[in-house]
Amino acid sequence: MTTSSADTPSRMPLSAVALHAGRASGTVLHLDTPLSFWGGTDHDGTIIDAHHPQRGQSVTGRVLVMRAGRGSSSSSYVLAEQLRQQCGPAAIVLAERDAIVVLGAIVARELYGSDMPVALVTDDDLATLPTGLTVTVDCSTEAASITSTP
Amino acid sequence: MADPTGPTLRLTPDEQAMLDGEQGDGIAMAMRVVVGLARVHEAPRLVEIESAHIDGCLFHGQSGLDFAARLVELGATVRVPTTLNVGSIDLLHPGTVRNQTPAEQEVSLGGRALMEAYLAMGARATWTCAPYQLDARPGLGVNVAWAESNAIAFCNSVLGARTDRYGDFLDICAAITGRAPFAGLHTDEARRGDVLVDVSAIPDRVLLGDLAGPLLGYLVGSHVGTANPVLVGMPPETSEDTLKAFGAAAASSGGVAMFHVVGVTPEAATVDIAFGGRPPAQTVTLTSDDLVRARRELTTASDDHLDVVSVGTPHASSDEIASLAGLLADGPEIASGVDFYVSTGRSVWALAQERGHAQVLEAHGIRVVTDTCTYVTSILRPQARVAMTNSGKWAHYAPGNLGVDVVMASLGECVESARAGRVVIDDDELR
Repeated sequence: MTTSSADTPSRMPLSAVALHAGRASGTVLHLDTPLSFWGGTDHDGTIIDAHHPQRGQSVTGRVLVMRAGRGSSSSSYVLAEQLRQQCGPAAIVLAERDAIVVLGAIVARELYGSDMPVALVTDDDLATLPTGLTVTVDCSTEAASITSTP
Repeated sequence: MADPTGPTLRLTPDEQAMLDGEQGDGIAMAMRVVVGLARVHEAPRLVEIESAHIDGCLFHGQSGLDFAARLVELGATVRVPTTLNVGSIDLLHPGTVRNQTPAEQEVSLGGRALMEAYLAMGARATWTCAPYQLDARPGLGVNVAWAESNAIAFCNSVLGARTDRYGDFLDICAAITGRAPFAGLHTDEARRGDVLVDVSAIPDRVLLGDLAGPLLGYLVGSHVGTANPVLVGMPPETSEDTLKAFGAAAASSGGVAMFHVVGVTPEAATVDIAFGGRPPAQTVTLTSDDLVRARRELTTASDDHLDVVSVGTPHASSDEIASLAGLLADGPEIASGVDFYVSTGRSVWALAQERGHAQVLEAHGIRVVTDTCTYVTSILRPQARVAMTNSGKWAHYAPGNLGVDVVMASLGECVESARAGRVVIDDDELR
């Protein structure tokens, strides 16, 4: 796995909007293009979309950073399924209000007590979260934040 | 913990009571899901819905079954008339869905349990992706919560009822609470046209044929993505089956959930009305050459070999069943090497039995599939390599879902090819 070197961005902590409550830390996996969980990842959390630049990488335990999800509403199902099997991301950071991603997170909380936060940031701030950076995503209040963790 | 209703969403006292669990734990769980989604959409309020159509009854894995079972356990029932989309098995025709491999057995068992859970919550055993072919249809301007992309497109565009793009989990929660976020296609703003599509260069004979719907839908969906297209140049007598096929294909190749056909659909008396007084963001002109190109793009098979014909995606209407019976009635039998499937809803099939069309189909060896569909579950024989369909949606999904090559054809070509035992198509139908 290649990870870009992560200079701690000067804008940390980033302010964010909590799309789904929770608090988690992990290493960023920054996706260059949107990902459809359905058809794009398997139930173990590996990216299997043949056309995706991060194909073969695993979302499990990562802070998944992507502009938005893509595609079918069945993606909610697949994300919930990954969280059920504890193969899902630790947190998701988006630049769009993606209802399908949040729905998967809501369902996983209801059924399995999952605590995976979903945070919304600006496009510019999204770009300051490179793969390899270790961060804490705190959506336990409405005014959410993302801080880098040494 | 943040206030779960967020800073902008206002709930009525009744809605707040649901959220607070005063009407039961099942309703509270469903309301948490609806409110969570309303926050994501920044909806100012919820909207009361008059009916729901549920897509969550197709088995994709344990979490879907766990979700439905939890709601049942907590005593949740639907509070508005609720129809069910296809499930993973054909309850009327045991043996249609394959049940040999461990994966097939898991889908069969889980799929049946899931279907039973949705019935236990009070939804109707309709098992069709074409709820608009059932008795009660929502009228112009009525808010509903429908799932399944083709049903959403038809509901918004052809019925003029209002639903946003709902899917698994949210659909049943809307049915249980009778509420949906007031956002997206529930609002006037989101229903206006964006892109003008001029098809007037295509002859009416072609536009009234059964390839116009799927091929135009494929072209338009690919072009506009999730924007709202406005078609001009369609004949006023354009049938609901053409609009169904158009919407299904456009929702598959793009993400169309609302389209207008000027002079045909209810919110498009004129171009100006369809666009809500704004100018089109873009204008596209389509010709017969584009239809020929669309057929080629949807066709992945390279020779005339044929194993399977599958029609009825979305589920065949009574008119389509009657057309098929008419084509089959006088003529040679289907070739022995070709399996010919028609997928339809159980209520349409019951009507076909009353009218005698079902008997014609069965006498000619047509295999009817109800309650499910040939591309969402294991039905085709594993050796099948090439399948012909008259559905743009089936053509879009079958290569990935089923691993077959596809030939896109009209219903007449499907019958002719099935009789010949090989692909027989003619692009002159499109000119």
